[in-house]
Amino acid sequence: MGPIDPARVQKELDARLGRDVYLHLETTTGSYTALGPEKRTPVIAFVRNASIRYERGLVTGEGPYRVGLKLDSGWVYAQGLTDYTVTERDELLLAGHDEEGNLRVGLQLSLQPFRE
Amino acid sequence: MSIQPPPPERIDHLVEGMTMLDPSAERGIVVSLPHPDDESFSSAGTMALASDAGVPVTYLCGTFGDMGRRMGSPFFANRESMRDVRERELADACTILGARYELLGMRDRMVEFEDPHEVATRIRAVLERLDPSTVITFYPGHAVHPDHDAMGLATHLAVAALPDPKPRLLAVAVGDREQLRAALGPQHVAVDIRTVRQRKLGALRAHRSQTEMMFQRWERERDDDEQMRAYREENLTVERFYRLNGVAIPLPR
Repeated sequence: MGPIDPARVQKELDARLGRDVYLHLETTTGSYTALGPEKRTPVIAFVRNASIRYERGLVTGEGPYRVGLKLDSGWVYAQGLTDYTVTERDELLLAGHDEEGNLRVGLQLSLQPFRE
Repeated sequence: MSIQPPPPERIDHLVEGMTMLDPSAERGIVVSLPHPDDESFSSAGTMALASDAGVPVTYLCGTFGDMGRRMGSPFFANRESMRDVRERELADACTILGARYELLGMRDRMVEFEDPHEVATRIRAVLERLDPSTVITFYPGHAVHPDHDAMGLATHLAVAALPDPKPRLLAVAVGDREQLRAALGPQHVAVDIRTVRQRKLGALRAHRSQTEMMFQRWERERDDDEQMRAYREENLTVERFYRLNGVAIPLPR
């Protein structure tokens, strides 16, 4: 993974436009926040291998970036994205990392299901 | 290095009232926990002492740890590469500890949503095959991470279903020390791991994606209060467990 290049990410979003794609979307504080000095409740959510189709998909912002996908009947949204890669399996992975390298948010699209 | 002072000469105050366990005298040990790295944090010293004496040691790992948030520092893993990254790290840690590992292959974070009896059946089959004298797991309800609690419960069910004589079932509790003491009292069993302290550190370092940030913090001594330092030193000196045989554990709703 490396820093998001918005033009390249836009190309990748366009390449998957109008097709049935598998979505992985997540956000996480990590499971151990309750043990930290601030004793915060962990907040974690993910969806893996939901099937979607988007008619419009954009990467926006100056970094960290936002991605919004307009579906036939709904939306997919992620904010705080910093890095991306395209894997050997042609999966588009977008992630937001904190300054220590921890994942905070992830939005991933693939024409084949992500490995279960 | 600042994080590796010599081990303390006396440990009496750390093991007061506890039975000392000698891992080298065991017939076999199975450690049953959900994530690659749980074994090193909780039991690396016990595993190394056993395997050094020729005692077969197996880490039965519930998941691939593939939903972890830590990606290395700076990050080198991503959500899709994490599964393979963490299995390689696990293999390296187990080599350092002289243990073999088996994976149950559940999805990270999802253990509590599996049928505990099904998971217990799978664990039981492994225990019947390996016939250990001691099994180590997490204390259900006192292990912070939902996967920890769920794997502890399933392991407890698995051991309860074994014919007598059952293996000794030891449990690791995680969380605030004072709260744990108030809820459970002091641990029952302790292992003196001073002679294998470096091996425990080596195994922890092998789980690079998960621990390199922690080691960087230790070395900077940032965010490091007295309690954290004491906790770290204690866990590189002794490993302490609750005895879980015969303890009634409520099933989740």
